[in-house]
Amino acid sequence: MQPEIILKMEGICKSFPGVKALHNVDFVLRRGEIHALMGENGAGKSTLIKILTGVYQKDAGQVYLEGRLVHFKSPQDAQNMGIGTVFQEIALCPNLTVAENMFIGRSRGAFVNWKQMNESAAKMLNSLGIPASPTQELASCSIAVQQMIAIARAVDMDCKILILDEPTSSLDEDETKKLFALMHELKARGVGIIFITHFIDQVYEISDRITVLRNGELIGEYLTAELPQIELVSKMMGKALSDVSAIKKHEPPKSDDSVPVFEARGLSSATGVRPFDFSVHKGEVNGFAGLLGSGRSESVRAIFAADKVTGGEVKINGKVVKIRTPLDAMKQGIGYLPEDRKSDGIIDELSVRDNIILALQVMKGFFRPLSRKQAEEFANQYIQLLEIKTPSLDTSVKSLSGGNQQKAILARWLLTHPMYLILDEPTRGIDVGTKVEIQKLVLKLAAEGMSLTFISSEIDEMLRVCSRLIVMRDREIVGELSGVDLTEQNVMQMIAQGGGE
Amino acid sequence: MTSLRRQFDRLSHLFLPLSVLVALLTINLVKGADYFKITMINGVFYGNIPNILFGASELVILSIGMTLVTAASRGQDISIGESGAISSAIFVQYVLNAGEVTIWTILAGFLISCVAGLVIGAFNGTLVSFFNVQPMVATLILFLGGRSIAFIIDGKVSPILANPISNQIGTVIPGVPIQTPIILTAVFIVIVAVAIKTTNLRLYVEAVGVNPSAARLNGINPKKVIFLTFLIMGVCSAVAGFIAVNKAGRHDSVNLLKFIMMDAILAVALGGNSLAGGKFSITGSIIGAYTIEVLNRTLLRLEVNPEAIKAFKSVFIIVLMVIASPVVRALARELLDKARAIVTGYSARQTGGLNKAAVSITDSSAKKEG
Repeated sequence: MQPEIILKMEGICKSFPGVKALHNVDFVLRRGEIHALMGENGAGKSTLIKILTGVYQKDAGQVYLEGRLVHFKSPQDAQNMGIGTVFQEIALCPNLTVAENMFIGRSRGAFVNWKQMNESAAKMLNSLGIPASPTQELASCSIAVQQMIAIARAVDMDCKILILDEPTSSLDEDETKKLFALMHELKARGVGIIFITHFIDQVYEISDRITVLRNGELIGEYLTAELPQIELVSKMMGKALSDVSAIKKHEPPKSDDSVPVFEARGLSSATGVRPFDFSVHKGEVNGFAGLLGSGRSESVRAIFAADKVTGGEVKINGKVVKIRTPLDAMKQGIGYLPEDRKSDGIIDELSVRDNIILALQVMKGFFRPLSRKQAEEFANQYIQLLEIKTPSLDTSVKSLSGGNQQKAILARWLLTHPMYLILDEPTRGIDVGTKVEIQKLVLKLAAEGMSLTFISSEIDEMLRVCSRLIVMRDREIVGELSGVDLTEQNVMQMIAQGGGE
Repeated sequence: MTSLRRQFDRLSHLFLPLSVLVALLTINLVKGADYFKITMINGVFYGNIPNILFGASELVILSIGMTLVTAASRGQDISIGESGAISSAIFVQYVLNAGEVTIWTILAGFLISCVAGLVIGAFNGTLVSFFNVQPMVATLILFLGGRSIAFIIDGKVSPILANPISNQIGTVIPGVPIQTPIILTAVFIVIVAVAIKTTNLRLYVEAVGVNPSAARLNGINPKKVIFLTFLIMGVCSAVAGFIAVNKAGRHDSVNLLKFIMMDAILAVALGGNSLAGGKFSITGSIIGAYTIEVLNRTLLRLEVNPEAIKAFKSVFIIVLMVIASPVVRALARELLDKARAIVTGYSARQTGGLNKAAVSITDSSAKKEG
């Protein structure tokens, strides 16, 4: 029996000045279905979603909602017709309570019946199994719970279609499971869910159907059960998979006896990470593994002095140095690509050129600006090297896709020729193709003699790239794995049990 | 062609202030064709244009500092008129107590007043960058107390600055055909331009204004940069106070540069700068400052009752800000896109049909594979 079609988009076209973002794309969503929308960055997923949610106006094509031709003039319009959206970045107010967040902007009059609001919020949270209290301040909930509350808010607005744009990118495994349970619950209620993610495993875990886009065109719609993973990836990338599987971990030079490039003893920072010892050798790629909040990001931030360093001794090539500010670290040849690209990485309104030359420029000093010609040469060189897709050097970096923004930040650090580069989640929220490119680049840099620390939420990615993993749990290093011991099983076990116990 | 377009993109933010300026000048031309007429009296150029340049000197200098403060701190300094009043009071006292007034006395007095400006800037800057006080609140302190301090320094009501050199600085130097404040402003603009060209001021200020957290992780200290912009603002205030007091010939602590921060903020906004910080255009602010002066003089010329000038100005600003708002801009862009779509629509429709067929073929073949 064919389930009822709830949404049908036909021949959707959308162009921006100079770019065809979507070209004749069809999309069908059925009632009670979880439908994954897949594609690399720039494939047109977000554009399609923005048309569906009324953020953009389509140039051509029709949208049918429950068989009726509709036209969304604004996001409000789409919301009123039952299309709820939860974006990657949570768009709630952290300083309000859970209930206030669920009902904000929806009361009819000027007055609020607090009691009734809290009661219905409690009912809602209960029925969806969300572990939060209505009167709790939102900021005190974990990111996963905040995400769920955003979903509850969308669902409560009587939505027929729920769009989840990268909802799991900042969740750990356990939190993701909870979110999936919630999605199943909604599915059973007949909500059609559009699920966008870069995690292929999750697509196979939860979705019923997959629609693949590439370069703004529809590649096809498939039943998840009938599409092997390898084929999905090759459809997204438009090429055979030899490239993806070709990555082989390079063995670092045996250098245990040599002086480490960077060494820390009892390093600690104001974030509360326990004093830890750490070292990295020339040409080595190591990584910090652990769940979200285990202290892996805090540790690398302490190395770069991104947070206030509260203690410990640091040696560069065996010599004791003082690293108190990021600039100190940069001058010692350390580069740091932060976890949160948007808030810590890119300077979004500035041009691609300025973003790329920023770190080098700061290291040169306030009174020694690069000439425009030099800056353009440097930027161009790395745009070519990393294949950054940008219309021009003067384009503001915020108009690039996530993967290209990340590459711009990578270019920024490579331009300073660091001897030790820290990459915290460099592949989060970016497409498979770029992910592979970055992994390859990391190995290439290491082969050329650079030392790197690579952090990722995806363990298999770390296993592929790192030759040594430092495992963290509860803001403490619980162990270290390398060589033959470095297996997914062992990492998991160590995270779960906390090392030697 | 592409470089032309790039040039155009770079200058597009100047479109608003320039078009307003042109509109105002046109109104003036319609009112009287002799608007641009420049006459030479006693070897000095006079006329509407020189008067505008002369009248806007202080505002132009202040709007430069305001642009930098706004860009880095995402807020405004509302104490600039008062800072100018204090630093110029110190200048006046130095000159009056110096006995014989030579060019060196004036120069020393000017430098001392600049130091005073730096101290005031450091005070505001410390509050804003190190104590995280909102700029408008931090500068409210001197806005309220500044004129009293200036009066205390004066020691009496409006000390007179009667010496030939001050007079020449405020009006003209014999043998030079351009009024001195115009020259001083031009010199100041050149110094700022050179400073921006030879340092990373722009990159640092913009990076801090757009994303202080990312700027910090790239080795920039946002606190220092914000502090620096307040120091620059202090010097701008001192220079503006110096020009204003020499123009007036006496130090009126109550009325000197009164409410000029409103015009300076307006000049920054008019210049296409976001008052929420980030990228900035000093050129825009300078054009904005001159535009405001032209507006003031236009209203006078149109014989608007001096009491009613402020109301007219308000209406003008409302219209301007609505035109410059993102809402209207988006609307304009949409209209433009639609016009373009009509022109190119026919060809697009032709190729669109073909591609659709191609897509459905790949789609069906893909299904077979699955």
